[in-house]
Amino acid sequence: MITLGIDIGSLTAKAVLYDGKQVMEKHLIPVGYNSKKAGVKLMEELLQKAGVDQTDIGKIVSTGYGRNSIDFAHKAVTEIICHGKGIHHQMPHIRTIIDIGGQDSKVIVLDKRGNVANFIMNDKCAAGTGRFLDVMARAMETEIHEFGLLSLQSENPSKISSVCTVFAESEIISLVAKGENREDITSGIHLSIARRIASMVKRLGMIPPVAMSGGVALNVGLVDALQKILDTKIETTPFSQYSGALGAALLAQEL
Amino acid sequence: MAGRLKATKKMKSIMKWYYIEAKYARYLGKKIAWITSGGPVEPLIAMNIIPIYPENHGAMIGASKKGGKMSEFAEGLGYSSDVCSYAKNDITSSITKESPIKGGLPKPDMLICSNNICGTVLKWYEIQARKFGVPLFIYDTPFVHTEFTEEAREYVNEQTKDYIRFLEKHTGKKFDYKKMKKVGKLSLEAMRLWKNVLETAEHKPSPMTAFDAFFHLALIVTLRGKKVVVKYYKQLLKELEVRNRNNVGAVDNEKYRLLWDNLPIWFRMRWLSEKFASHGAALVADTYTQAWCGVIDYVDENDFLSTMGEAYTRIHLNVGVDQMADTIKKFIKQYDVDGLVMHSNRSCKPYSFGQYDIQNLLQDEDIPVLMIEADMTDERKFSDSQAEARIDAFMEVIKQRKKEK
Repeated sequence: MITLGIDIGSLTAKAVLYDGKQVMEKHLIPVGYNSKKAGVKLMEELLQKAGVDQTDIGKIVSTGYGRNSIDFAHKAVTEIICHGKGIHHQMPHIRTIIDIGGQDSKVIVLDKRGNVANFIMNDKCAAGTGRFLDVMARAMETEIHEFGLLSLQSENPSKISSVCTVFAESEIISLVAKGENREDITSGIHLSIARRIASMVKRLGMIPPVAMSGGVALNVGLVDALQKILDTKIETTPFSQYSGALGAALLAQEL
Repeated sequence: MAGRLKATKKMKSIMKWYYIEAKYARYLGKKIAWITSGGPVEPLIAMNIIPIYPENHGAMIGASKKGGKMSEFAEGLGYSSDVCSYAKNDITSSITKESPIKGGLPKPDMLICSNNICGTVLKWYEIQARKFGVPLFIYDTPFVHTEFTEEAREYVNEQTKDYIRFLEKHTGKKFDYKKMKKVGKLSLEAMRLWKNVLETAEHKPSPMTAFDAFFHLALIVTLRGKKVVVKYYKQLLKELEVRNRNNVGAVDNEKYRLLWDNLPIWFRMRWLSEKFASHGAALVADTYTQAWCGVIDYVDENDFLSTMGEAYTRIHLNVGVDQMADTIKKFIKQYDVDGLVMHSNRSCKPYSFGQYDIQNLLQDEDIPVLMIEADMTDERKFSDSQAEARIDAFMEVIKQRKKEK
């Protein structure tokens, strides 16, 4: 059976088509202000890319913040379960997953069979989320994909003490004024968010091996900072951004 | 569908008349004392003084969804946004008279403050004592880190004597020890009945949820020591027992049982109750309403006055996290729950501060824990979509775990 997993996040919408054995096609678009419209557009474009007709799809599962706005889905499941499922499928040995999303970050611990044993989400604040990185990249006038690479070049990371996104931004402006270099400030930013994530990981109790899921896993600077602070290897997959959608497509196979 | 508890109507009427009597206290020749929720109220009842609870009022303000707006007013006066929203609501209401009760709370003749629930109440009551120009009595309960010492007993019992002298001075009447004996017995009987009421939720399906308990709690908080409370809880208990005999659950098709920690989120009671019910989950118990019957064993029925000091000192918020965790462990077993929901309450520091430590202490229980960030009355500190995502994910985990067992 062909199944479709749709992950409507706060910034991007992702979809994965799965044929029961492997991924047939994947697709990503920005969400914009209307998640319902985004869901329809996402599916249409994906089907066209894959050359599949909508009538060929057996079941659809939606996930992410906009999961309940996808009225053509057969079931809505939260991203916790979907990321767990998606990562377990790609890397069956993983026990702890760090997922940094647009408006929240989460740590998920899986049991030996790959089921979610426990999870924790960030408190009601944008610090430690993908949004924090976006704001900081803009403050540094850097493209988000270069942001991590820039941070790797630092030899002496700046100290960013504020945990608040808004205050950290003004802290950065004063560091720039003091003449600290971009690489060091950027590295400081990555260490600051990594420290916040690490405290969540510790709170839940990290069980290695650890993987990172979601779009922020593509940021090499953050993966590096987290590895340093948690003192453990963090695995990623090039498919990480689609892990939630993949998990949803896999869950649809079980419907 | 179980529908509403019939006792609810009676309860609303009792509370209505309680506030009407307080409003016309002067006509009845009675004095009014504002008192903190964990304060020793029984001597007031024995002296025919009407106790008024700004915290109960704060809960009503929260339930009427005015907490955010009223907190904002107090913040405009200079109070930090981190100050307890009950305190801010009360300070605001005493100035603007904005209130779910027409005209606000009746003016106090005296203030009774016990710091067994938090440290904020000290400053809050000092501010109100200055504003109203009335005497303030502080009942200072030492924190019970591990044990209640003999020195602590002597210290609080001395204050009980001071308290009585304070009441005699400000009413101009001799303390009525004979009536106090009766009030003490009634108070204890009410606590026992309240315990029985909460324990009906051990039954599967549970005849009531924590949301019911939050509501029916009002009487044990405000009027314990009075006959009407005993009578009311007897009626409520009977109704719940009938539900249990007929296996009528408060939540349709109860599949999962949860334990709640901390105060309610007053402005989202219905939303939360429907959200959990939609997953077939019943919040069968909570640490908050249990606090009003958690110290029964320390009170001597025949000598209430000289044993109440210990009981008031040992309440849930005045003990170390080890003891708090033990209480939670006890409830996990007693109510056979599948998960714990912790409300991390911006307002209530003593309740929320140790929650992560408690989570660590619960690791052996192997029970999923959900943390909801909110506030008891300030809706500015709550996000529906974030809470919804957390609750849905938490319930999915519980369902998955239960399926595997």
